[in-house]
Amino acid sequence: MKFSEFNWNALPDATGHFGAYGGRFIAETLMEPIYQLEQAYSSLKADPAFQAEFDRDLKHYVGRPSPLYFAERLTRELGGAKIFLKREDLNHTGAHKINNTIGQAILAKHMGKTRIIAETGAGQHGVASATIAARLGLECVVYMGAEDVKRQAPNVFRMKLLGATVVPVHSGSKTLKDALNEAMRDWVTNVDNTFYIIGTVAGPHPYPAMVRDFQSVIGREARQQILEQDGRLPDALVACVGGGSNAIGLFHPFLADESVAIYGVEAAGSGISTGKHAAPLTAGKSGVLHGNRTYLMEDDNGQIIETHSISAGLDYPGVGPEHSWLKDLGRAQYVAVTDAQAMEGFHTLTRKEGIIPALESSHAMAYVMELAPKMAKDQSIIMCLSGRGDKDINTIARLEGITL
Amino acid sequence: MSRIEACFQALKAQGKKALIPYVTAGDPHPSITVPLMHQMVEAGASIIELGVPFSDPMADGPTIQLAHERSLVHNTSLTDILAMVQTFRQTNQTTPVVLMGYLNPIEIMGYEAFAQAAQAAGVDGVLTVDLPPEEGKEVLPLFKAHGLDPIFLVAPTTPAHRMQAIAEAASGFVYYVSLKGVTGANTLDTAEVAARLAKMREYTDLPLGVGFGIKDAATAAAVGQVADAVVVGSALIKQVEATPEDHTTIIKNISGLLASMRSALDA
Repeated sequence: MKFSEFNWNALPDATGHFGAYGGRFIAETLMEPIYQLEQAYSSLKADPAFQAEFDRDLKHYVGRPSPLYFAERLTRELGGAKIFLKREDLNHTGAHKINNTIGQAILAKHMGKTRIIAETGAGQHGVASATIAARLGLECVVYMGAEDVKRQAPNVFRMKLLGATVVPVHSGSKTLKDALNEAMRDWVTNVDNTFYIIGTVAGPHPYPAMVRDFQSVIGREARQQILEQDGRLPDALVACVGGGSNAIGLFHPFLADESVAIYGVEAAGSGISTGKHAAPLTAGKSGVLHGNRTYLMEDDNGQIIETHSISAGLDYPGVGPEHSWLKDLGRAQYVAVTDAQAMEGFHTLTRKEGIIPALESSHAMAYVMELAPKMAKDQSIIMCLSGRGDKDINTIARLEGITL
Repeated sequence: MSRIEACFQALKAQGKKALIPYVTAGDPHPSITVPLMHQMVEAGASIIELGVPFSDPMADGPTIQLAHERSLVHNTSLTDILAMVQTFRQTNQTTPVVLMGYLNPIEIMGYEAFAQAAQAAGVDGVLTVDLPPEEGKEVLPLFKAHGLDPIFLVAPTTPAHRMQAIAEAASGFVYYVSLKGVTGANTLDTAEVAARLAKMREYTDLPLGVGFGIKDAATAAAVGQVADAVVVGSALIKQVEATPEDHTTIIKNISGLLASMRSALDA
């Protein structure tokens, strides 16, 4: 396949598939609501008034466009390719998640829903959902694994301040996947008045496509900004991948640019060989979970296995189906970095550029530190700095034995 | 004729309704499942729905999720469960067995391999909660080719055109979910259920079962007035929850509850 000639907007197909991946693997109760959502989204997507409302909110409420920042000192230190950071950490609420929640919340309002629910791992999507719910006057319930409630205490408090109800989920591994299970259960029960804002490019169709569309603003801006600043396309893109929404957002507008290498960075946790990681694309296999077929962390009996990552936002056994397809296609490479490498990335960016990154984004940073020195000085990398690290300072202090 | 079809025909001839208990295979221990199946038949079960545990049972409520977790402590696999059915079949060749679960364990085993093994073990139907007819183009023909009836759920949210599509894909019986929500959820409205069943009747001659919200003899009898089959799950699993260490008591209590439902249905 010639990547430059492929119509990257043609997928997912009409039934929500990216090749073998994606689809709608959900209980019957949700099938009709999912079709209604798909219909509402496709008619709104074509509506200039909706696009104008979305663009206006991104500009005046989120603060877009986010800067593309040339990290000059870091570039010098690493001694290779020029490093540009797409500053999603500067968005209102501190991460890329708000791009998507605004889009879905406007849709919810158009569909006449009065209650929104969301799942969250690191809490960024929960905060972004609670934020938009407060602004639109919608009831908001956020499901969060009990383990994540502990490690992301500041975000839990932010959500409560914003008026959301945070429900700790004690089942299973008490992390993101269990929060997603619980949110699905809520949705099945309250489907008449409730809109489920999924935070990543996973779940049943149309979620992977819809979230991608909302997040693609990242890549569209970055493409224009790099042409303005550097006069040429980048040689590589790097983004962390949990469910993969910031990554798809950056990657998608560059898919037809053959010269641009694309790297998604998964969480290798304690190391791929230890089995304690969250890297389904690197070390998993295809299966069906949470409404879609995709790469999963699973055992030989098809049971989902517990994941491990220092970063709550990457601690998920699946990944968006479009990433699975891009991997099989060879259009994107998926790599993994360990907790320890991510910590190094965290400290490096903090000390060299005065930017405290989220632990999720620190994974992308760690891979940039590996990649940049191998590239020529006239080449460039765009890294998606998906979120800021304020929410992680308690985790980092604890890991380093510091009492705050 | 399939075992499920034969079962419904025999019941109809006697003027009886089907009573379909659901238990999770391997809960609380794999050793209880086959004896429990036999005892449930003794107590009046017409068809047995055997739950295949999954780590992430999204469409189930807390009661059944805990049952899955108790079973998975013993690593109960789909292969183990097929072996249980095979053992059950050594002494019971008539009571239909339907496996109920999620797609991933089947997908990992391989569709063809599963369909062959399930048929060989004596499974009669497969209800895959997260496999709507739309996604079943590959696997459903394999089920049918191996004598496995695909059982589908119909929900309160299912519109008429989907009822028709489900009727075309289904065989054995159709399972009407009486509530929006997960398994084990609350009360049910019999008049509403009757109206929905009448609608479904326009599209299929298959027997219609009703589940979700059936707790005791009284609710079973009420549903039996309007449906061909009554499915009971969470209420039975609560008996496992009550005394997880005591298998004799579990079997006694589940059988007792089923027997009371059976006599209420037959009254």
